[in-house]
Amino acid sequence: MATIVVDVMLKPEILDPQGKAVASALPRLGFTFATDVRQGKRFEITVDGEPTAAQLAEVEKAAEKLLSNPVIENFTVRVEK
Amino acid sequence: MKIGVVTFPGTLDDRDAARAVRYAGGEAIELWHDDADLKGVDAVILPGGFSYGDYLRCGAISRFSPVMEPLIAAAKGGMPLLGICNGFQVLAEAHLIPGALTRNQHLHFLCTDQAIRIENNSTAWTNSYSKDEEIVIPLKNGEGSYQCDDETLKMLEGEGRIVARYVGENPNGSRNLIAGISNERGNIVGLMPHPEHAIDSLTGPGDQGLGFFTSVLKAMVK
Repeated sequence: MATIVVDVMLKPEILDPQGKAVASALPRLGFTFATDVRQGKRFEITVDGEPTAAQLAEVEKAAEKLLSNPVIENFTVRVEK
Repeated sequence: MKIGVVTFPGTLDDRDAARAVRYAGGEAIELWHDDADLKGVDAVILPGGFSYGDYLRCGAISRFSPVMEPLIAAAKGGMPLLGICNGFQVLAEAHLIPGALTRNQHLHFLCTDQAIRIENNSTAWTNSYSKDEEIVIPLKNGEGSYQCDDETLKMLEGEGRIVARYVGENPNGSRNLIAGISNERGNIVGLMPHPEHAIDSLTGPGDQGLGFFTSVLKAMVK
């Protein structure tokens, strides 16, 4: 059993109001380290055995078609060890 | 004239949309998301609501419902299609119109009577209005901020495809105050505010939304 992780983030040029709200909440709690926060989504997909190249290619397709909206989001696919 | 109104799980405004169709003089036909059957309708409305609970992204899962396959084919062939609010989000997810709807800039859900200006009155859904006519209809959304890249924005402006623009302060952070846009041909329109809630002053801020529904009936007669 392995886990394939798909991370989806808004493209840098797209305004992220949720990230902005988090960024402005941090200093209110005394956390002053952040100059910016962007918020995204993470999908953990479980498959049987070690993922094959063909499976990863399918996941890439699914990420482009369903998990992300390529108009506003970028994604990365990786296998979690 | 038969106008289909699609119901997805979580749709809210299908009844009001059907009522608006009847007020305008058309016949409203219920369409079900799980049936790949348009029942011979002449036009379709994708109403507002929270289809599939807005899971993943608004409209992202509805866009792959069985009804969408014949609907996308028919709309690409020229059938009038109006997406209101969540329906606008479904149109964007289906890439029938460019851009995307994102979280309101101020993060709050919005519910207000909103003035909009009809800037393109040559679409299938706006021909009852005069150009630059200002109307007031309800606006209620959490993710109504229209976003697209600069090139797309320039194209929409250049081709007159911004059907409606917010008047006054920007309510949700939409680029260039965009409230609604059309496809190139003008048969597909996506609109964030709700004309179907403004067809009778007894139940809405007025009746200025009715024009969207009388427009499509006129467009089909032509």
